Amino acid sequence: MPADTEVPPIVEMQGITIQFPGVLALDNVDFFLRSGEVHALMGENGAGKSTLIKALTGVYAIDSGAITVAGEARTFGSTADAQAAGISTVYQEVNLCANLSVGENVMLGHEPRGATGIDWRRTHDRAADHLSALGMDIDTKSILSSHPIAIQQLVAIARAMVLDAKVLILDEPTSSLDRDEVALLFGVVRDVKSKGVAVLFVSHFLDQVYEIADRITVLRNGKLVGEYPAAELPREQLITKMIGRELENLEAIAGTAQREIDRTAAPVISARGIAKRGFLEPADIDVYAGEVVGLAGLLGSGRTELVRLLYGANRADAGVVEVDGAPAKITSPRHAIDHRIAFSSEDRRGEGIIADLTVAENIVLGIQARRGWLRRVRRTEADAVVAEYIAALGVRPANPQMLAGNLSGGNQQKVLLARWLATAPKLIVLDEPTRGIDVGAKADIQAKVAELSEQGLAVIFISSELEEVLRLAQRVIVLRDRHHVGTLDSSEIDLDGLIDYIAKSEEGSAA
Amino acid sequence: MKAIVNHRLFWPATALVVLVAINAIAQPRFLAITMRDGKLYGALIDILRQSAPLMLVALGMTIVIATRGIDLSVGAIMAVSGAVALTIIDSSGSPDAVATVGIAVIVAVLVAMVLGLWNGFLVSVLGIQPIIATLVLMLAGRGVALLITGGKITTVNSAPLKYLASGYVLILPVAFFIWVAAVAIVSAIERRTALGVLTESVGINPEASRLAGVRSRGIIWGAYIASGILAGAAGILAASDIRAADANAAGLWIELYAILAVVLGGTSLMGGKFSIAGTVIGVLFVTTLESTVVFLGIPPAQKPVFFGAAVIVVVLLQAPRVHEWGRKVGSTFRKQPTDSKTEVEVAA
Repeated sequence: MPADTEVPPIVEMQGITIQFPGVLALDNVDFFLRSGEVHALMGENGAGKSTLIKALTGVYAIDSGAITVAGEARTFGSTADAQAAGISTVYQEVNLCANLSVGENVMLGHEPRGATGIDWRRTHDRAADHLSALGMDIDTKSILSSHPIAIQQLVAIARAMVLDAKVLILDEPTSSLDRDEVALLFGVVRDVKSKGVAVLFVSHFLDQVYEIADRITVLRNGKLVGEYPAAELPREQLITKMIGRELENLEAIAGTAQREIDRTAAPVISARGIAKRGFLEPADIDVYAGEVVGLAGLLGSGRTELVRLLYGANRADAGVVEVDGAPAKITSPRHAIDHRIAFSSEDRRGEGIIADLTVAENIVLGIQARRGWLRRVRRTEADAVVAEYIAALGVRPANPQMLAGNLSGGNQQKVLLARWLATAPKLIVLDEPTRGIDVGAKADIQAKVAELSEQGLAVIFISSELEEVLRLAQRVIVLRDRHHVGTLDSSEIDLDGLIDYIAKSEEGSAA
Repeated sequence: MKAIVNHRLFWPATALVVLVAINAIAQPRFLAITMRDGKLYGALIDILRQSAPLMLVALGMTIVIATRGIDLSVGAIMAVSGAVALTIIDSSGSPDAVATVGIAVIVAVLVAMVLGLWNGFLVSVLGIQPIIATLVLMLAGRGVALLITGGKITTVNSAPLKYLASGYVLILPVAFFIWVAAVAIVSAIERRTALGVLTESVGINPEASRLAGVRSRGIIWGAYIASGILAGAAGILAASDIRAADANAAGLWIELYAILAVVLGGTSLMGGKFSIAGTVIGVLFVTTLESTVVFLGIPPAQKPVFFGAAVIVVVLLQAPRVHEWGRKVGSTFRKQPTDSKTEVEVAA
């Protein structure tokens, strides 16, 4: 049910303009948020969603325009001002204190006090109450970093609840949650909404947007495209409004999964019984030249663990690995690179991009690391490589001197892809390359993967979006609870079949 | 103009120029440079000469800080290196022979290198936090130096040794040429090869660098070795200056002055991007500040207060928040006569 339009908006943002050096990030954008609605803010990366949110949360000062919260004109000089106005945010990247306990994080700044300062017992009790209201039963004294990202995300949401917000902003909260956790979160969001809180929801998962949102505002290139009731905006129209063009790219790669793979030669990589205690149960994998092998399974199923062992990012303690038919011992990323294996981590910021180096330095880093520090990549050579890959992958802005940390997620992913492709690998492992990036960049990356595999590159592709896996991969390896449960031919299975397979294997081992 | 103000060395350089100007106004003879026997003398020349030990130490510190580390042991390494060199010269039959001093210098620097190797091993192989790993040697190093000198202050009379700290090449002090050469060599190694950018990469994000194939262990280890070697060389210069190895006083507190110089030069303690030119300016600032205390006739007891005040001013000058605040204040002044706004922009 869309919220009643007659209700005066709790947040009115009118004529918001924000100028960054060389970029007009927001150009005269209007945005209204009403109490008791879930409002999805949609747009490609770089469309201005994050900038708009940061204007509303006091991170950025606006250059012109007006922000009114609950009928009162506001100027936010800092995030504290916005919080005081009742605006709470849960960001895409969990920003909590990883080295504090769960309870301390939930209650930070709102600890109940006793006669002798903070009353820690009541602090933890209250944190536990807030967490159980979200259906979470975890030890509040455990250290936050000891939990998986999904749990940390839910803790962040619990923290926002503590602040008793009138406006709750969820910026990509679901990008690292599995199905059940998303359902749990949405239950909470509906609960919060029924209490009259205005929820601003940003996600790249269209299914989820249509499941939860009452209203959708679309931005493109820093400008407002329009505001629509979700029920009156079909999905195709939404995508067209977001990217301003049709998605031809995806149609072009539709045949990739059906491509015949020549499996007569030795596989590029072949592992038997690769395992590490407490990390991954023995798994097998073969990837042939020109083949895309997808890994499917829920978060924590062992997808990432398997590729980390193959790459030597973590050391396997059992199993045999062959590269091109010859036995190989890969115990560090250097060994993997020497075998021309490339690995792009799911944690783009933490394990991928070097934020304070430029785009050019990030791209050349792969080649440079291979050569060692003494043989510096010459300027002309570096410029040529950088220009080639920026153009080939469509990195935007196409400015090699920009700090990589300032790029949007999709463009950072392209820079990482460029770093590895520049080293001319035989096998590239892409762990969640499309997570948290916009529809256009997702299509670009999938099209590139299809193109490269056709040229003979072996690819291991991991994604939580099973449609992507089925679209690209000729074979799919299914994992569950750190076990390799099966290998499927994607010509023999459709999306529902794959979901069933993952679910069935779940029941199977539960029995 | 804007490009100059925004350059990251603008504020450090300005601070240095202002400091020199204050000295020149207080004591015009500060700027005086005289030529005697074909050699230049004067307060500024003294500063160039006296900067040498701190310059060497701060160079090494810059590289270590770029890897997200810190080296607290440099002062102790100086003491050990000075003790080794002077003990060799003292026990030799011919302390005035160039060969004797040469061997002493080489052995002392090798010992310093081994100490750097130890620090690097603790940090890069065992994964001990740099501040703790180097604290070990900071505390133990002076004890080692005392063992070498037998608990005495070893003094020697050796012309070649004296030459290092007090001699001249052409018209300028030897020590000046030594630090210029060190700066040139370190700059060349860092910036002419890929070591600099790989060091920055490791400092900014160690895990991402490892997964990208950067040999982070070797790079971090190497930084501590370089710091050890440079501290060893600094220790010989310091000993040469007083022709004595004083295990308790040599290089005392120099680790803190080196960290200060690196930070004043614009390199962040968070690691990553580093500036060797910035460190050079930072060291010259710290050394000039030392002689300012003398030139302004500040009583020794008040020296730390004066030093601290000067440092806080420079640190504030560089703080982005202070810049922002300055712009706000500036713009409210400019806005009063509304039609003069365009003029201001032209002038800017």
